[in-house]
Amino acid sequence: MSDSQPGTQAGRVPSGCGNPGVPVIFEQTSPGRKGYSLPAPDVPERPVEELIPSAYLRQKPAALPELSEPDVVRHFTHLSQRNYSIDSGFYPLGSCTMKYNPKVNEVAVTRSGFRAIHPYQPEATVQGALELMFRLQEALCEIAGMDAFSLQPAAGAHGELTGLFMIQAYHRSRGDRRSEIIAPDSSHGTNPASAAMVGCKLVTVRSDRRGRVDLEELKRLVNERTAALMLTNPSTLGLFDEQVQDMADLVHAAGGLMYYDGANLNAIMGVARPGDMGFDVVHLNLHKTFTTPHGGGGPGAGPVGVKDRLAPFLPVPLVSERAEQFVLEYDRPRSIGKVRSFYGNFGMLVRAFTYIRRMGSDGLTQVSRDAVLSANYLRSQLNDLYEEPYAGPNMHEFVLSGKRQRKKGVRTLDIAKRLMDYGFHPPTVYFPLIVDEAFMVEPTETENKDTLDAFVAAMRQIAREVEESPDLVTSAPHVTVVGRLDEARAARSPDLRWRPER
Amino acid sequence: MSYLPHTPGERQEMLEAIGVESVDDLFANVPRDLLSGPPKIPAGLSEMEVLRLIDGLASKNQDLEHRPSFLGAGAYLHYIPSAVGAVTGRSEFYTSYTPYQAEVSQGTLQVIYEYQTMIAELTGLDVSNASLYDAATAMVEASTMAINETGRGKIAIGTGVHPEYRAVLRTYMTGQGFELTEIDEPWVSDPASVGQALDDTTAGLIVQSPNFWGAIEPMAQLSDVAHAHGALLIAVVNPISLSLLAPPGEYGADLAVGCGQPLGIPLQYGGPYLGMIAARSDLVRRLPGRIAGATVDKQGRRGYVLTLQAREQHIRREKATSNICTNHALMALAATVYLSLMGKEGLREVANLCLQKAHYAAQLVSAIPGLSMAYDAPFFNEFTVQTPVPATEVNRFLLSRDIVGGYDLARAAPGLDNYLILAFTEMTTRQEIDDLAATLRDLLPEQASAGSQAALQGAGTRGKA
Repeated sequence: MSDSQPGTQAGRVPSGCGNPGVPVIFEQTSPGRKGYSLPAPDVPERPVEELIPSAYLRQKPAALPELSEPDVVRHFTHLSQRNYSIDSGFYPLGSCTMKYNPKVNEVAVTRSGFRAIHPYQPEATVQGALELMFRLQEALCEIAGMDAFSLQPAAGAHGELTGLFMIQAYHRSRGDRRSEIIAPDSSHGTNPASAAMVGCKLVTVRSDRRGRVDLEELKRLVNERTAALMLTNPSTLGLFDEQVQDMADLVHAAGGLMYYDGANLNAIMGVARPGDMGFDVVHLNLHKTFTTPHGGGGPGAGPVGVKDRLAPFLPVPLVSERAEQFVLEYDRPRSIGKVRSFYGNFGMLVRAFTYIRRMGSDGLTQVSRDAVLSANYLRSQLNDLYEEPYAGPNMHEFVLSGKRQRKKGVRTLDIAKRLMDYGFHPPTVYFPLIVDEAFMVEPTETENKDTLDAFVAAMRQIAREVEESPDLVTSAPHVTVVGRLDEARAARSPDLRWRPER
Repeated sequence: MSYLPHTPGERQEMLEAIGVESVDDLFANVPRDLLSGPPKIPAGLSEMEVLRLIDGLASKNQDLEHRPSFLGAGAYLHYIPSAVGAVTGRSEFYTSYTPYQAEVSQGTLQVIYEYQTMIAELTGLDVSNASLYDAATAMVEASTMAINETGRGKIAIGTGVHPEYRAVLRTYMTGQGFELTEIDEPWVSDPASVGQALDDTTAGLIVQSPNFWGAIEPMAQLSDVAHAHGALLIAVVNPISLSLLAPPGEYGADLAVGCGQPLGIPLQYGGPYLGMIAARSDLVRRLPGRIAGATVDKQGRRGYVLTLQAREQHIRREKATSNICTNHALMALAATVYLSLMGKEGLREVANLCLQKAHYAAQLVSAIPGLSMAYDAPFFNEFTVQTPVPATEVNRFLLSRDIVGGYDLARAAPGLDNYLILAFTEMTTRQEIDDLAATLRDLLPEQASAGSQAALQGAGTRGKA
């Protein structure tokens, strides 16, 4: 076992000790057990076969589990105890902005006036919901420096796609067919995937030695085929690209548009705005910057903002204010249409709105200042032991390389796994793709200095272990509920659903 | 600032450790002309004040917990057992990230595995994934799978599919340069005429059952029609209905999609809901998004990982099957807990209650002079009724009696002003249905004779929904 001493400043990793495997829920079933209570029918009951022709009826019942309510609750409680979470510890995942999710957000969303309203209720009966959405649109416009926002997209990648649909519609409306989208080699994987989904060819622009977009190469790549340049600023290297206005001028001069991937907005609130940098379209991740919880993979929300010239293309409906009434505006003939059912992940919008009003103007500004301070502090405490591919100052995140440790036979993946033994969730690893053995660390503003110091101590301890007892690191994690899992076997013979043993 | 822990002293210590004078120095790379200063939004509020603001907004909404409602049309007010919220409210679940680091994410991964199993069971198909955003985008993803699988570039879809799902499909197909055939088949599909709309360039046929108007479609025949043209059948389903109605796997569908909202997810004004997708096993490598698989560690302990990641954007970038990254995992957890509680019997009971109440209501409502069923086809939890006056007026009258009426079909198609979709769940009481009928009688007596005239004239002119 390890010599770790997870104190309160580290997190608590679900430990293998006293935490045996949890049987699949189907293995706990006992025919006839019930976990539900329903009222008896209060209307005259007729045989199902009388109401629906038997050819339309199910032949073989779905083999759902049969358990009592206490058994169900215990099963899922046991499963929850096999998870790491923000509430149990530090989660320094770069580009994911795993900050604290305020509890008041979760209270706000349980109000019956938000929880139990139907998307097709008359607008007059949901004025509070529409007002909240309208005010959120306004706040996001102001924070990002844009002219209009749609709250419809369900996630960041969905926002990207919506943005690219609008960009294509804009070009088409000018009789212009454009087939290429440029993104840096440090970009998020969703950028090229979204570009492909709108039928565009992805053109990759290199980063230069300073980790910025290679402006000279960009000049060669931008032309009359360029639909847009997709950029994250600060980049996934955690660096603010000070040439952003030159890039915007270059792209605009060629008739292209600038797309801002808002994954890293947490660095610049109250400091600088994408709209002022020359971006025409942005998406924001409310589940990153605006504290809506990640939920083990979602749901998120990825609102899209635009400058005036792209506003006609926004998805319908938009929330507008008319004669002191809030309305859903459908009459927008140049709109790209709808990108999802209904109006957005409303529950997430309530949480983000609550957070924005809680923090206010100065609060959000302090968020970014503290996020950047914490990240620079962490880097300053680690860059003597781990290689730093690009010089700082960085913004809200930074990238280190495990190259030096690799020479000792220890990979970044091993170091990531060893961090678990010390009670920490690992940083993002092997991303961005342009850094060998990359660690991408984003502490966020909600972690205190003691936690940052405990993380530094663990990273330094691991660096020592790499020198002195590398096996300890390469065989990590030691304390978790399972060890490293056989991923090759999982992919070779996929077992994607439980089946009874025959 | 209660979420921000740094004290002024700690900020100073950190600046010294970094070796800069002030935080502003850390922003030295931001060109000066870009510095914006704090955004022009209101100042911050204490928690107490923010809740007052929230309560003020929430109270401007007329929620459906305090008045009867007959709205469905893709979002339903089902009962959510208390245990569902107790589990999804555990912060070990809701404050965790995507389970990329399997050793510290076994809880979420096992939930996804159990969810995939339940969706496969419900649909009668082989495989599912960790969830998609909603039914509309799930339908788009299934269409893309059909296009890639068949190498054909056209999708056929009936007007019985939810108008919002069709609108979303239109956006994507236009944006991606694929062709869309919309088959105008009001109320219930005729397999022969659907067949005429298909040809050997059709990649997939999309049919919803029960359809948007509530009618159960002849899925087995439609499946044969699709397959006869070499197209895949994509079924759009309501998961609650699948405990009674034949599942996609039994009638030969290749893919099934649907909205998982009825499975323990609040209405919350349209989202977040749950996009479900299930497929035949040979299509597994074309599925979008995350998939959990079972495997073992070195000691032989069972564990779960995200698998078949070679389909996904973070590995394949522009060659990925989809751009989806963040999904709706927490909603999938709610559905998994809901289905675990209801189990084999409970889900059937819920479905039966919906069925019985809808049929009781249909009898009552269609007996009112001037009102008639729009079609003579079997239905499950909702049906469409033809009204002698515009449905908007009916709804307005109902609302004046504090009853939230049905879905006004004029919203989807201008030609269908006199049609209302009424939905029923286990939450609907007999009293509410009786009150609905009595209120409709109050509205209609004086218009009954004039109305039936209009209804007669209107018959046969069914617009495109």
